[in-house]
Amino acid sequence: MLELHDICRSFGGRRVLHDVSLTARRGQLTGFVGGNGAGKTTTMRIILGVLAADSGTMRLDGQELAPASRTRFGYMPSERGLYPKMKLAEQIGYLARLHGFSRSEAAERAESLLTRLGLGERLNDPLEALSLGNQQRVQIAAALVHDPDVLILDEPFSGLDPLAVDEVLSVLTEQAAKGAVVLFSSHQLDVVERLCDDLVIIGDGRVMASGGRDELRRAHGTLRYELQTETDAGWVREVPGVTVDEFAADRVLFRSQPAVAQAVLSQAVGQGAVRRFAPVLPDLSEIFREFTADSYNQPAEETLR
Amino acid sequence: MTTMSTRTPLTTSSATLLVAEREITTQLRSKPFLISMVVLVMIVVGGIVGANIFGGDDEDDQVPAAVVGLDETVTEGLEEAGVEATTSATMDDAEDLLREEEVEAIIAADGDSPSGVRVIGLDSEPNDVAQLLAVTPTTEVLEGGEADGALRMLVPAAFGMVFMFVGISCGMMIVQNTIQEKQNRIVELLLAAISARALLGGKILGNSVLALGQGVVLAAASVVGLLITGQQDMLDVLTVPMLWFVLFFIPGFVLVASMFAAGASMVSRQEDSGTVVTPTMMLLMAPYFVVVFFNDNPLAMTIASYVPFSAPVAMPARMFFNEAEWFEPLLALGVLALATVLMTLLAAKIYSRSLLQTGQRVSLKTALSSAD
Repeated sequence: MLELHDICRSFGGRRVLHDVSLTARRGQLTGFVGGNGAGKTTTMRIILGVLAADSGTMRLDGQELAPASRTRFGYMPSERGLYPKMKLAEQIGYLARLHGFSRSEAAERAESLLTRLGLGERLNDPLEALSLGNQQRVQIAAALVHDPDVLILDEPFSGLDPLAVDEVLSVLTEQAAKGAVVLFSSHQLDVVERLCDDLVIIGDGRVMASGGRDELRRAHGTLRYELQTETDAGWVREVPGVTVDEFAADRVLFRSQPAVAQAVLSQAVGQGAVRRFAPVLPDLSEIFREFTADSYNQPAEETLR
Repeated sequence: MTTMSTRTPLTTSSATLLVAEREITTQLRSKPFLISMVVLVMIVVGGIVGANIFGGDDEDDQVPAAVVGLDETVTEGLEEAGVEATTSATMDDAEDLLREEEVEAIIAADGDSPSGVRVIGLDSEPNDVAQLLAVTPTTEVLEGGEADGALRMLVPAAFGMVFMFVGISCGMMIVQNTIQEKQNRIVELLLAAISARALLGGKILGNSVLALGQGVVLAAASVVGLLITGQQDMLDVLTVPMLWFVLFFIPGFVLVASMFAAGASMVSRQEDSGTVVTPTMMLLMAPYFVVVFFNDNPLAMTIASYVPFSAPVAMPARMFFNEAEWFEPLLALGVLALATVLMTLLAAKIYSRSLLQTGQRVSLKTALSSAD
């Protein structure tokens, strides 16, 4: 388990991280969600030790994070980059050697990993000769070549076609299944929603919310009710205390207090057969919007004062 | 993960060596590098051989001349002096030959002349032929070892050129490399594995080895050039200053290499490299101009031989002139080494602080003051 406690960091006097605390458990994917400039990349760089925190502590499995334990961290930076003119096998082998593998073992690992990622034919091609999708696979190889048990991935899906997204995903879930900590940031909330068991939402350098996906969905955003009837449901719009968000003849999606919702249900039952009535949890993008909108609005309010 | 593999985290020094190894192998496989090296070697060898051929030391060509009314023995003497003698029976025959430009001059017996012959040209005085006939005394110097005028200019200029060219070409490699790593963000992956110091150290080490290698290849090329043209004596005079030059070159290059690396780490794009690289470029060019313009000014040369940036060029030059006391190169080397150590420490600080800051150029003040 990877834990961060009260991490703070400033750049040139401007504080970009305020007491960031988060937890990422082994064996599952943890999504790291936040708007642009919210502090995701900075946090990830601090976890990797590429940047130093001004204050705060980090632990891995209860142990204070030391440079030695970081040798088993794998990293995929948000802006992809490897040596464009270096051959694939050599490049990945070099990174493995930097992580402490012997020359022969590094070469072996690079070759087998690249082959597994479908690049076996292109081991001796320079990176720049590959298509973008293939370059992305090489980038994954770069993050995985030293057998990391903590994977930090900054926007691993950005700019990928759906097929490549699935490829990256399968590798990530495989790593997690083996017991690795997998923390990744993404703007693609549908992907995060589909995959992540745990979520951390960051805005303006502060952790806004974190926890299990469904837990968060219950606790934040707006609870809605969905009602499907055999007859026209237009009358729901007239019920006091109800705001209808979506309406399509026999189906309404509305917001209201729980008691009012129950009243709507009994009224619907009186009018005809009810096919479906259920509370609808907000999706992540709504929660995300709620938090990021807050963080965008805050500075504006401050200037008004 | 389940299987723990056999490996040990790298120490800073082995990480440094690994980075250096990559810098060297990458460069040795790059075609532009190899081509420029071959061209440089050809320029050096060609320059020395060419200077020797066109320098005019070996005028073996016989000058054709018509000879009129001279003894057999005198004619033979002329041929030894380098005249291709054509004996003409009469003065008219000889004049015909001259007018037809078969010969360059007529050498005729003349009792009135102190040398006993008269040399006649067609439309200008035949100085070439006259010189061949002139008697020159044998010359010799007592105080050997003093470099003569032309060499006094050429040798320091050559040192300056080599320092400037190798320094700029290898320095620019560091700059491009550093910016490339920063620009395409592989630097984040590298820093996740090894420290910024190891990365900087490896870069400087790798490129210094390349620079020194280039220097050695160029020196070898000049030795070959001198041997081909049979200038063994020149080689004897140059060997010691050349060895000192190599000795000074190493810390001298490390000094500029760390400045290049620190400068490059402050910008994010190749287009922005100009401002941060220019000061170091100036410092690399300065020694060349100092030794070219001030090689006759002992005070200027003495000062230049102690200033760290110009010492690698000026001190070996002074030693070539025999103008330096025995302790002076050691002292200058010490000053240079100290400056180099301080500069690398400063560069490491700037480098590790600016490497991850992208976008605008990082100002020197920010790089030195931000806490990391």
